[in-house]
Amino acid sequence: MTGVAVIDYGMGNLRSVAKALEHVAGSARVEVTSSAERIMQADRIVFPGQGAARDCMAELQRLGLDKVVKEAVRSKPFLGICMGLQVLLDASEENDGVQGLGIFPGRVRRFPAQMREAQTGDMLKIPHMGWNQVHQTIAHPLWQGIAQDSRFYFVHSYYVDPTDSAQIAATAQYGVEFVCAMAHRNVFAAQFHPEKSHHAGLALLSNFVRWDGNV
Amino acid sequence: MGLAKRIIPCLDVDRGRVVKGVKFVGIRDAGDPIEIARRYDEQGADELVFLDITASSDQRDTMIHVVEQVAAQVFIPLTVGGGIRSVADIRRMLNAGADKVAINTAAIQNPGLVKEAAARFGSQCIVLAIDAKRVNNEDEPPRWEVFTHGGRHRTGIDVVQWARQMTGQEGAGEILLTSMDRDGTRDGFDLALTRAVSEAVSVPVIASGGVGNLDHLADGVTLGKADAVLAASIFHFCEYTVAQAKQRMLERGIEVREMNVALRA
Repeated sequence: MTGVAVIDYGMGNLRSVAKALEHVAGSARVEVTSSAERIMQADRIVFPGQGAARDCMAELQRLGLDKVVKEAVRSKPFLGICMGLQVLLDASEENDGVQGLGIFPGRVRRFPAQMREAQTGDMLKIPHMGWNQVHQTIAHPLWQGIAQDSRFYFVHSYYVDPTDSAQIAATAQYGVEFVCAMAHRNVFAAQFHPEKSHHAGLALLSNFVRWDGNV
Repeated sequence: MGLAKRIIPCLDVDRGRVVKGVKFVGIRDAGDPIEIARRYDEQGADELVFLDITASSDQRDTMIHVVEQVAAQVFIPLTVGGGIRSVADIRRMLNAGADKVAINTAAIQNPGLVKEAAARFGSQCIVLAIDAKRVNNEDEPPRWEVFTHGGRHRTGIDVVQWARQMTGQEGAGEILLTSMDRDGTRDGFDLALTRAVSEAVSVPVIASGGVGNLDHLADGVTLGKADAVLAASIFHFCEYTVAQAKQRMLERGIEVREMNVALRA
């Protein structure tokens, strides 16, 4: 198969991701699949995910897709979204500690309780849900045409805390400053949901389906 | 700068048409849901909520088709509510392209549903919808009860306690809070209700019911402490655009997502 494979490991709703990709993919095929073979044949891989970290890792392992992801990140243009970013790190605090895929060195942490908004003093809600500004910290083909500090749609309670600052692609502010996108070689992964982020999100997906994996 | 407050147009859908009732009765046709969804998307709506108010269950498939068509054209979060009774119903809506489902009556009738759904699909896609009505006497401190079946049944359940319970252990990720006293009145949100619930829970609260002008939306945020504000009729009948609503929010010092800065040339 040539085209885009969206990895389906039973965690969350992949329809939105597939529909947004189809909208920008032109003639490229978009396939939602859990087949290792189909994933390895695809030109590029999208790795979404929602829900709890433990369930995500367990399902990946049960379907044998943990190895497929590890293989895919070596060579092909690869886009992780939301939990598809978080499980790329070494470990998460969620569910009393969950081992990740260890592709990016670092950990996944929970937003601190009792965070307050600086101006109003109001309690900050968790999950961090809604449109927040994404501050690009590097130039990258996937940021092409997207204005600095554009808003993207987020929904999450945990955030990544990478060890290697050279792998940070963007940050955002919610009580704390946190990393909301990471990039290394052919891999790009975002905490926000480009498929739900209107023009800015579609621009990022459009950049991804045309990206050759070089930076 | 940080998280923007959200403006959410709501589309009440009856047998495939957008309608608007006053206090849950007196229905008035407002147009085609797909056309209206696209218009709001272009105006800068941050999310859309579709509530299926179709009375007969054999027409429910109409809503699936509406959601499918909207989801193929509109790339912002979509919430669908009305008639969601089971995990199977939720799965059908998510597969049609919804990002979240709103559960109201079924959360009361089937106490395990929210927890099961949150475990299965993630808290982020389970919205607890509460229809609240003030039940205290004039000389008493304010108190609200949960009503179901489109406001016809009184449950005896305290709204603030219910909100806490369902967002805590049960795992609902957001609350859609409608004041039945204000819905359709154009008198503004029940700000005391909104604030009481928003300050009692850790998850985001969407204020709903009663918006008659743009300052009501801003009041929902500044005085009601809502994380998002929902309105229907002020947008449906083209009194105001979503862009105008955002402009007023900005003038009132509220952070919003501005459309014109999203892309550079």
